[in-house]
Amino acid sequence: MGDWQHFAHGADIGIRGRGATPAEAFAQAATAVTAVVTDPGLVQPQAAVRMQCQAPDLEMLLFEWLNTLVYQMATRCMLFSTFDVRIEGDRLEAVARGERVDVLRHAPAVEVKGATLTELAVRQGPDGAWTAQCVVDV
Amino acid sequence: MNLQGVRRESEYRWVIDPEGAMRAPAVLYADAALLRDMDDKVRQQLCNVASLPGIVGAACAMPDAHWGYGFPIGGVAAFDAEAGGVVSAGGVGFDISCGVRTLVSGCSREEVVAVQDRLAHELARAIPAGVGSTGRLRLSDAEMDAMLTGGARWAVSRGYGIEADLEQIEESGCIADADPAALSPHARRRQRDEMGTLGSGNHYLEVQWVTEVYDAAAAVAFGLQAGRAVVSIHCGSRGLGHQVGTDYLRDMVIAAPSFGLALPDRELACAPIHSTLGRRYLGAMRAAMNCALANRQILTHLCREAFRRILPGSDWRLLYDVSHNICKEEVHVIDGQPRRLHVHRKGATRAFGPGNPAVPTAYRAHGQPVLIGGSMGTASFVLAGSATGEALAFSSACHGAGRSMSRHQATRQWQGRQLVDDLAARGILVRSPSLRGVAEEAPGAYKSVEQVVDVAERAGLARKVARLEPLVCIKG
Repeated sequence: MGDWQHFAHGADIGIRGRGATPAEAFAQAATAVTAVVTDPGLVQPQAAVRMQCQAPDLEMLLFEWLNTLVYQMATRCMLFSTFDVRIEGDRLEAVARGERVDVLRHAPAVEVKGATLTELAVRQGPDGAWTAQCVVDV
Repeated sequence: MNLQGVRRESEYRWVIDPEGAMRAPAVLYADAALLRDMDDKVRQQLCNVASLPGIVGAACAMPDAHWGYGFPIGGVAAFDAEAGGVVSAGGVGFDISCGVRTLVSGCSREEVVAVQDRLAHELARAIPAGVGSTGRLRLSDAEMDAMLTGGARWAVSRGYGIEADLEQIEESGCIADADPAALSPHARRRQRDEMGTLGSGNHYLEVQWVTEVYDAAAAVAFGLQAGRAVVSIHCGSRGLGHQVGTDYLRDMVIAAPSFGLALPDRELACAPIHSTLGRRYLGAMRAAMNCALANRQILTHLCREAFRRILPGSDWRLLYDVSHNICKEEVHVIDGQPRRLHVHRKGATRAFGPGNPAVPTAYRAHGQPVLIGGSMGTASFVLAGSATGEALAFSSACHGAGRSMSRHQATRQWQGRQLVDDLAARGILVRSPSLRGVAEEAPGAYKSVEQVVDVAERAGLARKVARLEPLVCIKG
């Protein structure tokens, strides 16, 4: 099982996902994005949204993936809590499940404007686990 | 910050001479305490900016500088297109044309305090704020294009505000050479529901009062009087601007090798001003600037309507509207010669000095109003551009206090409910859909705006005109 965390960046927030595969790390990183806004445990996985993107390398693929997610969050007024991510070559396909923002229940703290290239990294550690991270602008 | 190799040229001006790939010096405006507390990343990012092609003069950091993306926030840099100069999406930031506008009135602080609770309620109801909030407008494609080329002028023509407002906005409320065709469908879609919304994070609408006047003549010209109420709105180009930043950051990263640009940091991604990509970004960025101006104009209208319901007869005149995340083409005198430059100000405010023809006639003798936002519960300031600012930093000043601690640290230290109660006990009513958001924006999580503004004045970047304190704060 993977996990996620936030790390400090002066004005904004760093998000980091860890998993056994790049895809799992990307899914955890997406949960970390939701956690910037609200407690992911408060988000019911009621509706599924398919997302896909493409990029020349894994790091840019993470950048594209998170920005695809931010776009869907913004235009659908939704929050997502579960992510099935598949990566094949330079393409990513995902199904994200979540629900519309409920201001009273989710008490969303801040909107995410976009993923940045700051601290952008996708790497495999000595233990074999993958880490996917960057700073998001809020 | 590591001060090795940093030369103190005067009390508030610190210089890093060009070394390695740097094509120009890096200059920081700060006192010893602010500089000591700045992250080493500010130094690194500023030196990286100084290494970009076509840079003119120096890469400058304002007293509120902190770690940004590629460029530091509080960074100023000017590029000459004819010398291979570049434009950088990271040098403008995601929230294109984020800025502050301030409205003045004849209302006294006491008149506002008498209706403070009702006013806070009415403003919170009238101003869409926070994650998931939407505006009342839905623009057709043709109307979106008209907004993107017309800015605040478009908004006024559709009944949001009055013609006189336009005179008190940068570029009279309409940025020329905007290119709506340079926007992605995603950028347009992201704005569909967000016209006339405040956003979240450090964005706000505040009812404030003038606690102190420092420059009586400028204050009279600006319409500021001690004891009177004012309104300040801090927000930007909403989803459209964020998407333009995202789209072009990616495009510039991918295209960088084709321009022969060896970037020390990917986030410095840029394109020659004279390239197709550079021109497209400038066109898209100008459209986003118009979106920000239109957005603040609509919010102004909603705010005036709310006041009319609570304080009938109150009249709110626009003092000024100025952005602090931009790249603008300006003429500056360099070594005695006027040169046309693309000035990036990222978390820095344009501050034209007295006599500049771009400053509204009524203010021209005093310099351009420079609006410095605070955070809930802290002061904001109105400054005026100085005569010395052009030679120091292309007529630029700070934009706010800047955070001193992360959002996480803030939520560990403060509870939203307690903060709202404490501020209410001090006479400041905060209305926000999110208590966690309030905790993340705790006044104590920011540096002292007083210190930043004092240093900006002593460094000669701008002059203090008036100090403002909040009475009502609407947060996202």
